[in-house]
Amino acid sequence: MSVNFQINGKAVAAKAEPDTPMLWVIRDELGLTGTKFGCGAALCGACTIHVGGQAVRSCQTPLSAVGGKKVATIESLSKNNSHPLQQAWIKHDVPQCGYCQSGQLMSAAALLSTNKNPSDADIDAAMSGNICRCGTYPRIRAAIKDAASSMRKA
Amino acid sequence: MTSFTKSEIAAIESVGIPKGLKASRRSFLKTSAIGGSGLLMSFALPFKAAEAAGTVHTPNAWVHIADDNTITLISARSEMGQGVYTALPMLIAEELNVDFRKMKVAIAPPDAKVYGNPLVGGPQLTGGSTSVRDAWEKLRVGGAQVREMLISAAAEKWKVDRSTLKAVNGTVVGPKGQKATYGQLAAAASKLPVPEKPPIKDPSQFTIVGKPTRRLDTPAKVNGTAEFGIDVKLPGMVYASLEQCPVIGGTVKSVDSSKAKSMPGVIDVVQIPDGVAVVANTWWRANQARKALAITWDEGAGAGVNTAAMYEGTRAASKSGTALPLKAVGDADAVIGASQNVVRAEYASQNVSHSPLEPMNFTAWFKDGKMALIGPTQWQDAAQSAIAKAVGIKDADVSVKTTFLGGGFGRRIDIDFIVQAALIAKAVGGKPVKLVWSREDDMTHDFYRPLAIHTMAASLGADGKPTAMTFRHTGQSITGRVFGLPAPVQDPLMTEAAIAGYEIPATKHDVVKHDAGVRVGYLRSVSHAVNVYANESFIDELALKAGKDPVEYRMSMLSKGPRYANVLKLATEKAGWSSAPAAGRARGVALMEGYDSYLAAVAEVSLNSDGSVKVHKLTFAADVGYMVNPDTVEAQITSGGVFGLGMATMQNITVDKGRVQQTNFNGAFQLPRMSDVPPMDVILVKSTEKPGGIGEPSVAVTIPAIANAVAKLTGKRVRSLPITADAIKSA
Repeated sequence: MSVNFQINGKAVAAKAEPDTPMLWVIRDELGLTGTKFGCGAALCGACTIHVGGQAVRSCQTPLSAVGGKKVATIESLSKNNSHPLQQAWIKHDVPQCGYCQSGQLMSAAALLSTNKNPSDADIDAAMSGNICRCGTYPRIRAAIKDAASSMRKA
Repeated sequence: MTSFTKSEIAAIESVGIPKGLKASRRSFLKTSAIGGSGLLMSFALPFKAAEAAGTVHTPNAWVHIADDNTITLISARSEMGQGVYTALPMLIAEELNVDFRKMKVAIAPPDAKVYGNPLVGGPQLTGGSTSVRDAWEKLRVGGAQVREMLISAAAEKWKVDRSTLKAVNGTVVGPKGQKATYGQLAAAASKLPVPEKPPIKDPSQFTIVGKPTRRLDTPAKVNGTAEFGIDVKLPGMVYASLEQCPVIGGTVKSVDSSKAKSMPGVIDVVQIPDGVAVVANTWWRANQARKALAITWDEGAGAGVNTAAMYEGTRAASKSGTALPLKAVGDADAVIGASQNVVRAEYASQNVSHSPLEPMNFTAWFKDGKMALIGPTQWQDAAQSAIAKAVGIKDADVSVKTTFLGGGFGRRIDIDFIVQAALIAKAVGGKPVKLVWSREDDMTHDFYRPLAIHTMAASLGADGKPTAMTFRHTGQSITGRVFGLPAPVQDPLMTEAAIAGYEIPATKHDVVKHDAGVRVGYLRSVSHAVNVYANESFIDELALKAGKDPVEYRMSMLSKGPRYANVLKLATEKAGWSSAPAAGRARGVALMEGYDSYLAAVAEVSLNSDGSVKVHKLTFAADVGYMVNPDTVEAQITSGGVFGLGMATMQNITVDKGRVQQTNFNGAFQLPRMSDVPPMDVILVKSTEKPGGIGEPSVAVTIPAIANAVAKLTGKRVRSLPITADAIKSA
């Protein structure tokens, strides 16, 4: 038995047990390791992916829940760092250790997909599920605003 | 068992190298052959797979040049977010005269003779905010040596006087227009003697160092390609999840693994001294099957430990334990004893976990008596020798390849998880095994920041200034555990910033070592965090008693400390200290020196409706000496500010019946989130002093700045950390 879904635009059939969290399907079965394991309890956001365009914590999303759906991971933003959020992250040199940044970027991408001009309060609300132990928050905030601005101009 | 194949070695060697920097498999194999000189690719030492002539040349330990002019600069320190992957190569590139942005970077293999860190006593250890301080001259000389060797090689080739040649942008240029790339000269240059004292630039001539520089590792960290330890992929790799005794130090009495063995994907169940590991074809399956293990533990002596008793024991030791003197000026006890105006206070600092976001993990592969280790570590040579001993092989048969670290903060100085991975891999045999801890494993099996009691006393003169002060730090010696420092010897990692910069006529500082009962480790800023919290809280209390403004009071005792006074002035001016904050808010200040860096911080706080602390603004001024990459300095200061905010207000590790009570980011141990973190201003002082360390000190200065702001706001002094709503209510 397998579960069919799309990942980053490609159809896949995952063979893991249906209750396996998507995090481990993505990392160990599909081999996409950009999505990170941080807490296993939806408390840190390192594993954030998009399912049907919504940001979800993949450590708490079972494989069975994504059948027939469109799943996107950090690898979908762009390989050549051309996405406005990646550009802004580079411009502001956001990452330190970098471990949480896939999740930060995916949460930010979900925010900007529905809010073209987020306020500080909007950013707090959308991003407070994503922990950064290095404390890069001020640069994340600046980079989100920068990316939003360049996306509005585009 | 057969040896590692060429393709397996290539797979191992290609791990951890960001995409776009990946060299061809052929060049890796050839690189291996030169590893006997202990250089670039650590694998060559144990795995003499390829004896072909190398195409990568190694004029010295810091620069590797391939025939095709691919130049790799070696970072002897682990990249854990602090920016060494960029700052250290900047120092080499400055003297090598190359386009810095075209360089590749590799983390050095274990070889403490070449890559050791004298600032921490010699081991190849990343910690103590030492990386740039240690590298400051060493790597510039390293770059200059290679530049001079390349010039000499060109001089010989062209039969010209070497003084007529210049090394510019990766090319040696001659007077008649001769040109050769470094790659074309590297083979000949590598055969020349290494000049001991090549000329190096005066900082005024720098073109790379000192400029705000974008990090080389950022591109790989925004698209998911940066390889952390947890991301290692090797052919035939299996995954392990390890059940450890809930009481640290406990051992397995018996285990029934029959159910676990029958679960999907399970390959093996392995008992090691630290517990029982399930090995499976995915980590999730290993972790699920782990839950089916039935283990009876011998919990050992640790089962009796609880936090209240740890504080009681430490407090008792502060009164009756053996004091190790640090410094005494005059007879402070006598002055205080004779005074009518004495202030006494005790401050308590809590246990804290490191909690890097990447849980502990390592990959180990044991084959034909050789152990290949890949993963995130802060201490390469300790990992190599400890694993050799644990597995029963020679150091030379253990290779260590360092990936990016998903945070370190001192946790990955310890190697417990690497030993575990190696022992599991040895038991499994022939297959690469990736051991990954869960968050719960990580939080409950840390080496915690030791709790501390600080006992302070001071007498005030007629002008309100202290006439004498005594300081005692009672706590647990980490250095005793990690380096075997004997108990009667002062631990330099307990006395950091213990002696503040204030001019006080009579002082006495000492330390009492006391093992409170849980294992302890170095956590970012180590004893700075507890000593600065005590010193700067106490000086604030003295100012209050004297009826003086906390900034003026401090400034009046800094006549001989211009670097202290300068950062205090800059930070308080920037924070608007002389103007009143908004209603319902208050500001607090703190000042310190640590790692040869001087920092002042101002925190502006209010209370949330639930009584918890809300930090609205943090302002820092920092004089950290010469800044190799000022942008990284700024990033590290704000990073430490967030770290300190967490330690000050929302982090507590407590123990009951030997079990750590906090298991994930949802209890008494929280990490600051976006909504918790205020805007931060950082003023950087331009300086030509030698570089100070910057990865850690702002953690320490932030804590008392917040504590002092809360005391000012509420009129109540919380003398134990963390400063939670409950702590404020009961103060």
